[in-house]
Amino acid sequence: MPRLSATQRHSIRFTLNGTPVQGEAEPRMLLTDFLRHVLGATGTHVGCEHGVCGACTVQVDGALARACLTLAVQVQGCEIRTVEGLAPAPGRLSILQEAFRRHHALQCGFCTAGILMSLDAFLRAQPDADEAALRDLLSGHLCRCTGYAPIIAAALDAAARLRETAHA
Amino acid sequence: MDSPGDKWVGQSLPRFEDAALLTGRGRYFDDCGTPPGTLHAAILRSPHGHARIEGIETAAARALPGVAAILTGEDIRATTTSLVVGVKAPMECWPIAVERVRYVGEPVVVVVATDRYVAEDALDLIEVRYAPLPAVTDPVAALAPAAPVLHDGLKGNLASERRFRYGDPEAAFAAAAHRVRIDVAYPRSACTPIECYGVLAEYDPGEDSYDVFANFQGPFSIHAVIARALRVPGNRLRLRTPPDSGGSFGVKQGVFPYIVLIAAAAKACGRPVKWVEDRLEHLAASSVATNRVTRLEAAVTADGIITALDWDQLEDCGAQLRAPEPATLYRMHGNMTGAYAIRNVAIRNRVVLTNKAPTGLNRGFGGPQVYFALERLVQRIAITLGLHPLDVIRLNLVPTAAMPYRTASGALLDSGDYATALETALRDGRHDELLRRRDAARAQGRHYGIGYTAVVEPSVSNMGYITAVLTPAERKRAGPKNGAQATATIQCDAVGSVSVHVASVPQGQGHRTVLAQVVADELGLRPQDIRVVTDIDTAKDAWSIASGNYASRFAPAVAGVARIAAQQLRARLTRIAAPLLNVPPEDVVLAGGKLHASGNADNALPFARVASSPHWAPGTLPAEDSAPLRETAWWTPPELTAPNESDEVNSSLCHGFIFDFCGVEVDRITGETRIDHYVTMHDCGTVLHPGMVAGQVTGGFAHALGAALYEAHSYADDGSLQTGTFADYLVPTAMEVPAPIILHHESPSPFTPLGAKGVGEGNCMSTPVCIANAVADALGLHDVTLPLLPATLAAHLHGAEPNAPAAAPKGERLLRGEGQARVNAPREQLWALLLDPDALMAIVPGAHGIQRTSPTDYTAEVTLGIGPVKGRYRVALALSDLDEPNALTLSGNAAGALGFGQGRGQVTLTDANGATIIAYRYEAAVGGKVASIAGRLLDGATRVVISQFFAALARQAAPQAPWWQRLLQRLGLRA
Amino acid sequence: MKPAKFDYVQAEALDEALATLRAEGEGARIIAGGQSLLPMLNMRLARPAVLVDIMHIAALAEATATTETLRIGAAVRQAALLARPSLHPLLAAALPWVGHAQTRSRGTLCGSVAHADPSAEIPLVLLALQGEILLRSARRARRVAATDFFTGMMQTARHEDEMIEAITIPQPRTGEGYAFREVGRRHGDFAIVACAAAAHATGVRLAIGGVADHPAARELPADSAQWDDALDAFAHALDARDDLHATATYRRQLVRKLGRQVMQEAAACRA
Repeated sequence: MPRLSATQRHSIRFTLNGTPVQGEAEPRMLLTDFLRHVLGATGTHVGCEHGVCGACTVQVDGALARACLTLAVQVQGCEIRTVEGLAPAPGRLSILQEAFRRHHALQCGFCTAGILMSLDAFLRAQPDADEAALRDLLSGHLCRCTGYAPIIAAALDAAARLRETAHA
Repeated sequence: MDSPGDKWVGQSLPRFEDAALLTGRGRYFDDCGTPPGTLHAAILRSPHGHARIEGIETAAARALPGVAAILTGEDIRATTTSLVVGVKAPMECWPIAVERVRYVGEPVVVVVATDRYVAEDALDLIEVRYAPLPAVTDPVAALAPAAPVLHDGLKGNLASERRFRYGDPEAAFAAAAHRVRIDVAYPRSACTPIECYGVLAEYDPGEDSYDVFANFQGPFSIHAVIARALRVPGNRLRLRTPPDSGGSFGVKQGVFPYIVLIAAAAKACGRPVKWVEDRLEHLAASSVATNRVTRLEAAVTADGIITALDWDQLEDCGAQLRAPEPATLYRMHGNMTGAYAIRNVAIRNRVVLTNKAPTGLNRGFGGPQVYFALERLVQRIAITLGLHPLDVIRLNLVPTAAMPYRTASGALLDSGDYATALETALRDGRHDELLRRRDAARAQGRHYGIGYTAVVEPSVSNMGYITAVLTPAERKRAGPKNGAQATATIQCDAVGSVSVHVASVPQGQGHRTVLAQVVADELGLRPQDIRVVTDIDTAKDAWSIASGNYASRFAPAVAGVARIAAQQLRARLTRIAAPLLNVPPEDVVLAGGKLHASGNADNALPFARVASSPHWAPGTLPAEDSAPLRETAWWTPPELTAPNESDEVNSSLCHGFIFDFCGVEVDRITGETRIDHYVTMHDCGTVLHPGMVAGQVTGGFAHALGAALYEAHSYADDGSLQTGTFADYLVPTAMEVPAPIILHHESPSPFTPLGAKGVGEGNCMSTPVCIANAVADALGLHDVTLPLLPATLAAHLHGAEPNAPAAAPKGERLLRGEGQARVNAPREQLWALLLDPDALMAIVPGAHGIQRTSPTDYTAEVTLGIGPVKGRYRVALALSDLDEPNALTLSGNAAGALGFGQGRGQVTLTDANGATIIAYRYEAAVGGKVASIAGRLLDGATRVVISQFFAALARQAAPQAPWWQRLLQRLGLRA
Repeated sequence: MKPAKFDYVQAEALDEALATLRAEGEGARIIAGGQSLLPMLNMRLARPAVLVDIMHIAALAEATATTETLRIGAAVRQAALLARPSLHPLLAAALPWVGHAQTRSRGTLCGSVAHADPSAEIPLVLLALQGEILLRSARRARRVAATDFFTGMMQTARHEDEMIEAITIPQPRTGEGYAFREVGRRHGDFAIVACAAAAHATGVRLAIGGVADHPAARELPADSAQWDDALDAFAHALDARDDLHATATYRRQLVRKLGRQVMQEAAACRA
């Protein structure tokens, strides 16, 4: 692959929530800025830009990634999934999103997108996750509103319902 | 959701806000788009705690393509007016440094460019020459006569001092069987919402007006402050807020200086300018709670009844008094006796300025500082008198029969049954079982303790309480201030659908859902039929100075006034419907989406038809009801009177009650505190939405747990900020925060329309001190300082360290070290090398552009790197104490974008059979950006640089080392 | 808080990456998972002229085990290794302490070794197990023992034109026992003290991170009666310092007390 010059914008293509997308970016552009300001996908939020708060967590080829610790050029050709891709249809919520609403697991909602992306990937890989495992996973996210208790409750509830759905 | 049961209010409905927020369709500040041509700002900030600005070189930055404007403090001063200061003191308060910087992170230059990346590139090209001044960060030290003075007009750093006296405290102390005293220092913490500040500003020169979009949370008294600073009347400052906010907890009040700054930049550029605060900016310079040094003494009878309190509070507001400070100190003024019936109180309040970030609203606002002293004191009283802490609490609680109760300093406690709430909490919170757990743990030699706290949680601030900082005579001259105006507007459109607007500016609490419930109950509709709008546009909406989201005023004030507006609307609807139903208005019932005759549900009209009728057929209606249905209600409680001649202040309208107890265990090896059991009993009056109330309690508890165990906004003695990232400012995660047991005892407020009181801040007041009391109990500690660092607790557990090395002096930031190298060259050769500037610079790692300014002084540009961290510095080196060829002193300083440092090294050269032992001893101090964001690595990095220097010196002196020596060096062995 | 400008090379082959390193010298920086580098880029602490992305070099993405050693390529992510059905018990114990799940899914083991943070877990494990670092430049390849690799705060024996190609770790041997403990302020924080121990028939090798400028290891005697003195000497040798989160005393005390616990655990695991 040719060297991408610092001073030029380069074409970046990947799949966002199943749809091919394209935009231009300098090599230094963070994936957060590319998603939000080039593609207009503002559901992914920016909270710290140094990889601690977790608000910008997305899925890159199914694996979790801090979008603020990822360059747009690094995800060339990848499959990206963000909070906009979680609901099964417009006007409907996924089992996980429903659980969050039921348990009041969000207040301001700013950290929520990242938390949902983490839980979505984790519950797929570990459907039997217990509270300790969920707390460990969620320790990669900062929430200042909820005190985490309702998030844990929603995650456990969603895990149980997802298991039921899988068995049904 | 179709069956309302009794009422919608009181049910935990799913929130209307959530569907959008869960699917990424929220509209937070940075999601809202910008007008064409918008430019983006970045801010260069001070790396120094205190320094004079000697020059700002911006030419290179201006020349960068994409840069539109560069504004310094002088430019901003030319187009704006200083922000008003809340005390009568000769000092100014600018949103950007003018002539001097007074805290790390203070804005120094604003760059406006085509995008944020380019704006930050330009920041790199700006050179600011600082002359560092001594800094003072400790509030007590700041009062010393020799302390550096922050604001020359003030003479010292004391910005305000007032004394208050209620009852007869001297007599009570003279008669007391016991005097019990406590000295505490409450640290700084900050609520750090996950969304940072954002401002988008436009200026219209045709009308000399500003249009600002910002995630400001109120109070809108600040609108007047901003307009004044921008030199326009209020109607030339249109301030709008986005529909969603990424949290605030008070903090987003503090965006207002940046509104002034960015608005001034927009005027300078003639284009819209947008600024989004990043996390480093936020942690250094947004809004942090005050730290406070308190001495509190109680007069206590032999039985344990507290007869008097003597408060001495020293409040540290940082480098500036920003509106509304010193409100943190006065917010609790009516509540200085907490939940207790204490009639005699003396108070001395002082406000001091230090070289730290200015303070502002943060959840709890003044409560944590007060209760940490008061409730630590209650535990101390129990220990002193040999009583159980619960007994001291029980003996002194305000009696139920005395409600509403006027406190000594003027608050009117609206309602409550504190004794019953306490006993219920002990029973339902399984206190007996907790005692058994503690005893069992202690029997095993574990460190287990129990803490208790009782507090009142004020809500709905009296807009006049802050005037208690003025003397009665000064207040008289200024005119009385009081009240807490709340407003709501409800309207019915042409198809009869109902919209509600309030100026509450929610920050994630779910106001829209609760308001829909309140209005639905009054109008006989379903909550989903009501559309609620909570963002604000000061040009079009009803608002007043008290509008906004602070002081826990939503449930008691805003939801209450929404009910009043709905009642006004209902009255009009019933008047319109009555003749059509052939019944008197008082017999019209609103239920199930209809208006019907009382006792005859078949005699009914659809709500929509009645509600829309003034739009379609005004001529059929009496003149007084012919206008479309739009009702704006205003409410301010008569109880919130201005402070009186005796300085009695009803500082808040409502007073919730909280009783907490907890069991904690401190690990005997690591000193870590684990919360085993936490019970929090709340009386917040009528609960409007149990799910949201629980959310406020668990959320406040998490903030409080952070303040107790993890969070401290810290500075080194030289003014360096130490907590500049989320790796050092430690917000607790899901691993650290257990779920508390939440209990309720409802005593509706007689003063609010719905009987509700605030609930969001109480745990920030009760929990830190409850945990501190438990840890004190576990370890038998006399004094407890927050946050409870494991290292500090472990020192108590481990006892004195066996053969501990000599410790560095307390608080010292100097890095000391020594080393030596053997060089295969004679001393004279090394000496010549040290005095030869070209050779010397050749050995300074990464040096270029050397200049000799005197026989013993050099300057150079140096690139220093530790791993990937590379920065360019201006370095000055001086040689002194020359003792040829035995010894010399090498001193120097360096300054660059990543920080600054200075050091001295004593170098001695000793002959060793023709070779030379070069030995060095150094001390160095480093500050600035790296110190703020990577302090953990600083000492090690400094050591690397110094050892690189001497290794290079040895290499340069002995370039032709024998091959075997080089081989040994290669292998890492000392030659 | 945006990075300064840099060129970007997505290397498809090792030679391509090495050629860029050789041509650019210290201006080039390898990016693998980027979980340590990106915060430094965002804060403009690091300003490389060119980033060389090695994650598309297939040969580096492999972790291969023989009966003797586990070889972990430079592009192997922490999460991928942790997901292996069988893993060296010390690595399995230490890896969950590396950052969070959301960073382990991107971060590589070799990246953590190259970064050489004094609190990092993977360098500590490498040191406790006497692993090796395989360095390669356009001119040559060499192996450096972990004991010689970490030389200071974020300082290693790697030369500017070299990159870490892989690390190797000896596989667990019968009769050895391993234990790992870490104390930080919060879960996932940089360690205040981290201890990794490998107990064998003739002694216990204890590695300590978070205290000195780089992780350090010592062979301590097998006889637990001698541990207190040995740990005391080790604690003093590490030159602990005060910082915001802990005192030097606390760190030394944890080396003594936690170190002893970890050694006991490792010795108990031998059975």
